[in-house]
Amino acid sequence: MSSLALFYSSITKKIILALAGLFLITFLLVHLGINLLLLLNDGGALYMTAVGFMTTNPLIKIMEVFLFGGFAIHIILGIIVQVYNWMARPVRYKVEGYSHTSFFSKYMIHTGAIIFVFLMIHFNNFYFVKLGWVAPPAGLEKEDFYQMAILLFSSRFYSIIYLILMLFLAFHLNHAFQSAFQTLGLSHTKYTPFIKFAGTAYSIIVPLGFACIPAYYLFLK
Amino acid sequence: MNFTLKIWRQKNAKAKGKFVTYKLNDISSNCSFLEMLDILNEQLVLKGDEPVAFDHDCREGICGTCSLYINGHPHGPDTAVTTCQLHMRKFRDGDTIVVEPWRAKPFPVIKDLIVNRNAFDQIIQAGGFISVNTGGIPDANAILIPKEDADYSMDAAACIGCGACVAACKNASAMLFVAAKVSHLALLPQGKAEASDRVQAMVRKMDELGFGNCTNTGACEAECPKQISITNIARMNREFLGAKVGSQKKRVSSGGGF
Repeated sequence: MSSLALFYSSITKKIILALAGLFLITFLLVHLGINLLLLLNDGGALYMTAVGFMTTNPLIKIMEVFLFGGFAIHIILGIIVQVYNWMARPVRYKVEGYSHTSFFSKYMIHTGAIIFVFLMIHFNNFYFVKLGWVAPPAGLEKEDFYQMAILLFSSRFYSIIYLILMLFLAFHLNHAFQSAFQTLGLSHTKYTPFIKFAGTAYSIIVPLGFACIPAYYLFLK
Repeated sequence: MNFTLKIWRQKNAKAKGKFVTYKLNDISSNCSFLEMLDILNEQLVLKGDEPVAFDHDCREGICGTCSLYINGHPHGPDTAVTTCQLHMRKFRDGDTIVVEPWRAKPFPVIKDLIVNRNAFDQIIQAGGFISVNTGGIPDANAILIPKEDADYSMDAAACIGCGACVAACKNASAMLFVAAKVSHLALLPQGKAEASDRVQAMVRKMDELGFGNCTNTGACEAECPKQISITNIARMNREFLGAKVGSQKKRVSSGGGF
């Protein structure tokens, strides 16, 4: 039970996992802000300005390293913690799972895995195209994220997958937000009820914000 | 009342166990769960069969010896009671009751429903105490303790170390137990002196023994017969983080002024 990750105690791992998660949560807000610009009726002008800023600003370039680091740490530690958890009960119960628990907390690895698969698709559609690893759709420049996004959302199949993914993102966030505070030891009789409320609100509003865009293309276009 | 019992039978630590079904009739609804098992065992002994081995001692809910994972709940379906305080009226006539031992890697089965909970003793030995030399009784008000702190400490100290938190947790995590033991000492001035070393040593031992990580599901709190709150886990995380980040390097003692 020692060596490598292994090197860190269970609580240290959880604290790093929580901090990385909270960082990703703040990033999600920035991402949503930019995505919502897709809904403006300006032919993507403002959206492309924002994309241009995000892809060229040197400070954002530095933040990008932290962002990928945050993803890597959150995913790798999440898996390590989960493997330890499975190992802690080699023989399972015949009748189990009747204890009163927070529902989504039991499925963090599963909702996390679904989000990871989508993240890979997302990279393949945008980030890898920008890097030149993946060819852009026919007739589009590799930086033309606006047209690429419009093209993706005009596919019914993609939009539906996107909507379903947002549901799983909501499930993941619902537990994640308040759980991160608990892991960091920030439990307080006055503030914890607010943190729980804010976490639930965040887990509904942010995925709903993202879902607006495919929903717009599915139902209104 | 009549019941069908499905009980885990395992000859010894090495043997492969299995569920055995028993029919039990004419049980009083006022019987405790353990008395019901006593009746079953009497019948088994009369038939010349091996009785079911299970842990029990005080039978009044204070010693933490009884265990049993009953129909998916540690200590059965009732809230805030140990198995010995669970009564058969909590079940319906004709129910099938599945009885299993605690399942966790650090709690190996010794026989039938008895598991070895020595892992908890090892965690306590790692630091769950105060090392003071006993002397004269100090004046009652020499050390002032706020009532709130004393109350929170007492709540945490209500932990009887039964292991229901580990049994209930999907990760077999011992965080609630360790958090209760860390908290009840860390909240009082006498315990604060060694708080930093204590939390680190106890968590190290907990990890070493192979308990899982806490994923804040809250199952432990829901099943704890003493209703220990998971705010204790947050307190332990806080104590641990503070100890890791804030503690100085260990000073080498000069051995008395030289």
